[in-house]
Amino acid sequence: MTNNVSKTEASRRDAVLPPVDVIEDATGITLYADLPGVSKEQLNLRVEADTLTIEGEVGLTTPDGLQASHAEVSVPRYRRVFTLSKELDAEKIAAEMSHGVLKLRIPKAEHAQPRKVQIRVS
Amino acid sequence: MIYRSLFPRDIFADLDRLQREMQQAFDLSPSIRGFGRGGYPALNVGGTQQSVEIYAFAPGLDPNRIEVNIDRGVLTIEGERPNSLPADEKSAVHINERFAGRFRRVVSLPDDADPGAVNAEYRDGVLHLSIRRRESALPRRIEVK
Repeated sequence: MTNNVSKTEASRRDAVLPPVDVIEDATGITLYADLPGVSKEQLNLRVEADTLTIEGEVGLTTPDGLQASHAEVSVPRYRRVFTLSKELDAEKIAAEMSHGVLKLRIPKAEHAQPRKVQIRVS
Repeated sequence: MIYRSLFPRDIFADLDRLQREMQQAFDLSPSIRGFGRGGYPALNVGGTQQSVEIYAFAPGLDPNRIEVNIDRGVLTIEGERPNSLPADEKSAVHINERFAGRFRRVVSLPDDADPGAVNAEYRDGVLHLSIRRRESALPRRIEVK
């Protein structure tokens, strides 16, 4: 158990927290995450129980003998973790990657969709 | 920055964010033009003996609308990133951290960089500029006769 905890801490240390936008509408949640340098193949999306983990490795093609003189991105990895709420349907998450931006659509479960209640007038 | 999350707060994410902000405050000496909101685009600059390499982390752009100019040894990267937030009032924005709007970043190139030999490539949201150094500036062995 202790071993496990220190491992997670170690893996947490060397990752950048990517900026995100989270928008909710009546039928679900849309999440955008900036992951520049991450290709589709290097993106790792996981849902375990109610935890959503977004992880990505930055893959840059660098010439041999490159010496960095100024680096604002010094860790080649992104990671961000969210806790999903119950009404979201994790089975139906749709993901799309375009120019380093991840777009996730997490729909709400059928039973949580808004429904208009008919009122009968007697 | 709006951080009124629908998701319960993640203490580790908060600590990470604090750490990132501390790093920005102490480690990097900010340039006179600042870093813009969220430092967009972040820049990595390096070089080899043959070239100067610049990586601009600029996700979500139309490559045809990125302006790169070199004028008297000063390289400018300019553009505009559209807002992805909905305009209608029916949706709620829970987190809004991503940069939107016009941006401009400037890099002074070393004297031996050749503005006529620039290779620019935009892949996975990273703009990679490779500027060759002038032949005359490359180290050379001189034959003694």
